Amino acid sequence: MSNTEILTWREWLTDDAPASRRQAVTGNIYRSVRAVCSNSAAVSGLVMIAMLILVAAFARQISGDASPIAQDLATRLGAPNAQHWFGTDELGRDIFARTVYGARVTLSIVLLVSVVVAPIGLAVGTTAGYLGSWVDSILMRITDVFLAFPKLVLALAFAAALGPGIENAVIAISLTAWPPYARMARAETIAIARSDFISAVVLQGASTPRILFRHIVPLCLSSLIVRLTLDMAGIILTAAGLGFLGLGAQPPTPEWGSMVSSGRDVILDQWWVATIPGIAIFIVSLGFNLLGDGLRDVFDPKST
Amino acid sequence: MRERTYGDRGLTLLWRLLSFMGSLLLTFTGLTAITFVIGRFMAVDPVLAVVGDHATLEVYEKNRIALGLDRPIIEQYFLYLKKLLAGDFGQSIMTSHPVLSDLLHFFPATFELATIATLLGVFIGVPVGVAAGARKGGWLDHFVRIIGLFGYSMPVFWLGLVGLFLFYGKLGWVGGPGRLDIGYDDIVTSYTGIILVDSLIAGEWDIFRNALSHIILPAGILGYYSIAYIARMTRSFMIEQLSQEYVTAARIKGRSFWGAVWVHAFPNIMVPLITVVGLSYASLLEGAVLTETVFSWPGLGLYITKSLFNADMNAVLGGTIVVGAVFIGVNMLCDFLYHVFDPRLRNA
Repeated sequence: MSNTEILTWREWLTDDAPASRRQAVTGNIYRSVRAVCSNSAAVSGLVMIAMLILVAAFARQISGDASPIAQDLATRLGAPNAQHWFGTDELGRDIFARTVYGARVTLSIVLLVSVVVAPIGLAVGTTAGYLGSWVDSILMRITDVFLAFPKLVLALAFAAALGPGIENAVIAISLTAWPPYARMARAETIAIARSDFISAVVLQGASTPRILFRHIVPLCLSSLIVRLTLDMAGIILTAAGLGFLGLGAQPPTPEWGSMVSSGRDVILDQWWVATIPGIAIFIVSLGFNLLGDGLRDVFDPKST
Repeated sequence: MRERTYGDRGLTLLWRLLSFMGSLLLTFTGLTAITFVIGRFMAVDPVLAVVGDHATLEVYEKNRIALGLDRPIIEQYFLYLKKLLAGDFGQSIMTSHPVLSDLLHFFPATFELATIATLLGVFIGVPVGVAAGARKGGWLDHFVRIIGLFGYSMPVFWLGLVGLFLFYGKLGWVGGPGRLDIGYDDIVTSYTGIILVDSLIAGEWDIFRNALSHIILPAGILGYYSIAYIARMTRSFMIEQLSQEYVTAARIKGRSFWGAVWVHAFPNIMVPLITVVGLSYASLLEGAVLTETVFSWPGLGLYITKSLFNADMNAVLGGTIVVGAVFIGVNMLCDFLYHVFDPRLRNA
């Protein structure tokens, strides 16, 4: 009974001639999900990122009663043991708890940067691509100028001028990260703007903002998401680098980059202080890289 | 680089050169504009930095006018640009030298590090990438993919610390942080500022060996990132070339497989490889910021980060401009060379 029902569901989803808009949309989603799930790199990346989200969400439960900021100078720089799985740092704080809570900081940086970068890139790119002429020239020149800058050094200078802190690190990273998205959205917009359905909505009298937001932006989203996933590892590494230099999250916030930095002076004797948060950065970046590679293989096989 | 429709080749090249200079000028203007804005944004009052906290209002005002801070902002920017062009980056608070002479002093160390890393990247990354692309799906291909994935995922400062712990702390194979052991400091005369070269000129083999033992770890770690990037790009270029019909034709003529790879396909990927190597070199100059901090390597990166903590904004912005200028220059030069050397793009 249930078997035949699943079959009919699948037939309904993969129907070549969908009867309704809803069937077409859900069918498309179904096909993409299946394609992603059959890509082992994408799945393993997805699992790692899911782990990051779960750890961030249940940080309190996972770390038990250990607090990420409670100091205990009596047990400072303790080696990993049954009570402190990852050992303790120079102020006697539990490194396991700090690493677990650090997932929240990393996740919020990732979310904030995406929320800032994607709209800027989309707005600049689609406007330039759709309006063309002098608007295009000016916007793309600005994009080129920003694209030519060394990212880390510029983010460093921005963060230094704005003052250290997690918000300023996000602003500094976003200011240097948006140009590739603008370029990509522009290229896609130019291709989309030539198609017949855009001419049709123009004839129907749709306004330019409506065409941009209702018809062009949704079509640019999928490649934007793939690109954002691929860049996420770079963003995490830049954020960790700023944290390492003391320009990211400020103490006592458990940020992985600054945790590595705090273990720098004792690396030869107490290796766990610096290495363990670094492994966390590595795993999360690897997750995003795997997922991004997989998504690109699935949705954009040409560019691999 | 677009809309070239001139038939005449010389004219095209001239036009390309002009537009290259144009975009270079534009980007440099952008860079200086941004550093100027950052300089204005910062919390430190530039007048107070000169006169100190206890100056009277008149002295303050006099210095404000002397610094040109009463003029319109556009005029201030041009004043700033004029100073930069004259090589005046201001005074460093930390070292109390002019920033420019500091930068010139610290640049050779960064140059040495980035150059050795790039050489590693070219001499290891290119052959490995070619072999991986030629045998697509083979063990070397998987290896390159994994090396690449790791390279894009590992924080460079962390890898540096792990390297120090393993190879210096545990195994004692390499020298520790810094460019030389303390006893060897300031013995050889500095001709180029590059210790490996200076010690060779002086014939001091001990110092050369010591310098080598210090540079091998940071250069190797930066080199790893360079190898990862260059090998990955070489691989995909190679795969693209080997799918072309001329390769099949060469094989039918009786050329061996590796002969077709190296004699026919390889020359065709050399041009895009110029760009890749250039990009990697430029990004190493930048990546050196974190590596130098980890290894206490007295280069531009360490200078910038140390100045950061002393709120020495002149030095930070001067360093940003120099690193930015080198980065932009190398990038654009590669782009230009690419268009000059690739016959397909020359008349496109």
